[in-house]
Amino acid sequence: MSGPRGSVQGQTIYGLFAIAVVALAATVKTDGYVANILMQASTYAIAVFGLSIVLGLCGQINLAQAAFFALGAYSVGLGTADYHLPFWPCLAAGVVIAVAAGAGLGVSTLRLGGHYLAMVTISFQQILTVVLINAIGFSHGPDGVSSIGRPALFASGQAFLALAVATLAACGYFVWRLPDTRLGRAMRAVRDNELAASAAGVDVFRTKVIAFALCAGLGGLGGGLFAGGFSYVSPDQFAFSDSIVLLTMALLGGVGSPAGSVIGTGLLILIPEWLRFLKSVPGLYLAIYGLAVILIVIFMPDGIWGFLGRAFRRRPRGAVGSAGPLVLRPADSGSPVALEVRGLAKYFGGLKAVDGVDFQVRRGGVHALIGPNGSGKTTTLNVVTGLYRANAGAIFVDGVEVTALPAHRRTIAGLARTFQNIRLFRSMTALENVVIGAERDGNALVRTSPDALRLRARAALDFVGLGARANDSIPSFSYGHQRLIEIARALAANPTVLLLDEPAAGLNSSEKKALHDLLDRIAVQGLTILIIDHDMTLIAGVARHLTVLNFGKRIADGVTADVLRQPDVVTAYLGAS
Amino acid sequence: MDFFLQLLFTGVGIGAVYALVALGFVLIFRATSVVNFAQGEFSMVAAYLMVVFAVDLGWPYWLAFLIAIAGMALLGAVFNLFVYYPLRNRTYLPVLISTIGASIFLSNTVLALYGPQPQVLPGWLDTPGFQIGPVYLDSQYLIVIAVTLALVAFQYWLFEHTLLGKKLQATSQDKEMAALLGIPVAAMIMITFVYSAVLGGVAGILVAPILFVSIQMGSTIALKAFAATIIGGFGDVAGAILGGFSIGIIETFGAAYISVPFKDAFAFLVLILFLILRPQGVFGERVAEKA
Repeated sequence: MSGPRGSVQGQTIYGLFAIAVVALAATVKTDGYVANILMQASTYAIAVFGLSIVLGLCGQINLAQAAFFALGAYSVGLGTADYHLPFWPCLAAGVVIAVAAGAGLGVSTLRLGGHYLAMVTISFQQILTVVLINAIGFSHGPDGVSSIGRPALFASGQAFLALAVATLAACGYFVWRLPDTRLGRAMRAVRDNELAASAAGVDVFRTKVIAFALCAGLGGLGGGLFAGGFSYVSPDQFAFSDSIVLLTMALLGGVGSPAGSVIGTGLLILIPEWLRFLKSVPGLYLAIYGLAVILIVIFMPDGIWGFLGRAFRRRPRGAVGSAGPLVLRPADSGSPVALEVRGLAKYFGGLKAVDGVDFQVRRGGVHALIGPNGSGKTTTLNVVTGLYRANAGAIFVDGVEVTALPAHRRTIAGLARTFQNIRLFRSMTALENVVIGAERDGNALVRTSPDALRLRARAALDFVGLGARANDSIPSFSYGHQRLIEIARALAANPTVLLLDEPAAGLNSSEKKALHDLLDRIAVQGLTILIIDHDMTLIAGVARHLTVLNFGKRIADGVTADVLRQPDVVTAYLGAS
Repeated sequence: MDFFLQLLFTGVGIGAVYALVALGFVLIFRATSVVNFAQGEFSMVAAYLMVVFAVDLGWPYWLAFLIAIAGMALLGAVFNLFVYYPLRNRTYLPVLISTIGASIFLSNTVLALYGPQPQVLPGWLDTPGFQIGPVYLDSQYLIVIAVTLALVAFQYWLFEHTLLGKKLQATSQDKEMAALLGIPVAAMIMITFVYSAVLGGVAGILVAPILFVSIQMGSTIALKAFAATIIGGFGDVAGAILGGFSIGIIETFGAAYISVPFKDAFAFLVLILFLILRPQGVFGERVAEKA
């Protein structure tokens, strides 16, 4: 995904292009009709940028973008016309109000599934429309607000259009660069796999709320400029159907890029102008919109820009020279125990999946958690890493209690894990996956400079033997290699304890041999490992200590060779003789 | 007190309609993990079919009803084939957007064909209603309540006491496993869409004589029905019914005692309050993804 975004030439070209377009908007004389279309397109496109963040980057939905647009538009409208305030503070207030409304809606629903968000945003849209129409004393009701002011410097229509286009270019730059920032990577991680994102230390909820607030803020900004541009706003300009129009613009152009937003917006403003005759039959025009939405979703999932992109864009080859060897320097408080679990319990209804388990993982060693299927191994791991809440018990990482922390905070506290069913960010390259691991808060080895992160990620990929394929996308890797990328992602975070959930499952014998070597090379650097697996050859070869679970309870614990001789362990595994 | 009882009756009647639509939401959600945003348009389309056959063409009410229900079954099948089926292997977001597109398509196609003027559909019975003590029982409200209770009973029987019901339940719980057991999953989902469209259609036909038949009736009913499903706990059948009645009653009392123009906003306020205070609803949604 980096490619042109990361390069200096790309940014220079964008800057020159933006300056040229703003200069054209400021100087070329157009008639009022064309100027109106350009004004509408540039302010709408700013709002559509917002949708490309929330929908494209973060995978959430917003069906109220017209309402956020209305908040900006009415702030500027009422502020300048009724309260005779200057334009700029009104615009700023509009953006702030929209951000606050977006964040508020997000905080109330983003912990839940996407369908709640869809409905709540529709509800918000409907309530706002009802209020704008009925609160006549404040909003002027259906008549709308007229004689809206502009700043003195941009009083002429042409100058204001140049301002709108310049704002569009600036926002476009921001949206273009966002995916390669830390925040943008977090959003993409959330979109691809929420559980893996939180296990990599990303605060999923906060990331979603920020995406939503940014989207609302861009909506408010577009709306404020729209009000200044047309000097008149009314409630019917910002109805639910307009939210759908904005959504269609985003989908049609493609949510993967700001260029897509501009293309989609431009087309959906121009096409209706060409098809004006359709508007003579009420409904026909929106019916075609509805049909278009379905067809785009089915046949052009990446929009026009994504469609063109697949035909023309070259695969990104970000130059990441091979880095030095991967350094692991796990945090060390000096206590001999790196991970401790006391009286841990997890119930699912009446099922006691984990029932009062204790064990200690000694620092710098490889500790295995084994037991028959359904004995509670993976549940224990999920409770330890915070995917499930414990019903009882306590968990300590390097002497610090983490029992009450959410998953991403435990990752920050020093845990890193892999999953039994591989959970990678499938739309990203191997390197990007590992970079997200490397930028864990609390990783003392990495300064936040992009280069340092990429070098560390590359070193981690080299360590597992996949450095040469750093820029390949995830689906092109074999199952075994995907497991290695998960391990690299965990190692790049420089964790205190590495937790591996059945890393050998599904591997062939030569891959198992390579895994064994890899675990030895990790252990040599002093990183503590807790491993779950069924392959007893592997376990007996790497693990110094064993904890055996059966029916959610610990039935044995100690040095590997001793434990494997205990009769009840043999019974649990092989059945009573 | 008399006024109170009268309002309660009205609220229960209108709530029964929300309950029916909410049921349609829940059934499709359980079968496909997607909220069908065109659920309300099923009600709207059925009401317009009634207007066409019972009013414009003047056919007998029962015949128009049968035609409308058959039309809804067909619409449910077509909807499944064109809106859901091509996207069944994608994430929920494309499907959700596709149903929104379908909702806009349906409501505006009806608008283009029939124009924006609201239509009137007469009630089922010629008797307008009767007075019991202080409360006037409108016959259409009585029909709404009776039909809703009958359909709920039918559905209980279908899901709990028939093999088809068990297959539908199995499909909604684990599609892969159901397929491995030889249950035709695609057919089960088809049945779910057809049945949900019929439920939505019945709700629309029942409520049409109470409200006007308009393009907007679908989205208004759907939003309230969705609020009902959240109050009840998403995905819960009993919760959807309870939530439907609650929304009907809250809205009727809100309009009578607080404000008429803001009547439609009450359901949304209740929705947002529930999401903040008790998002799992009264009965609780089964959540949590396995790692």
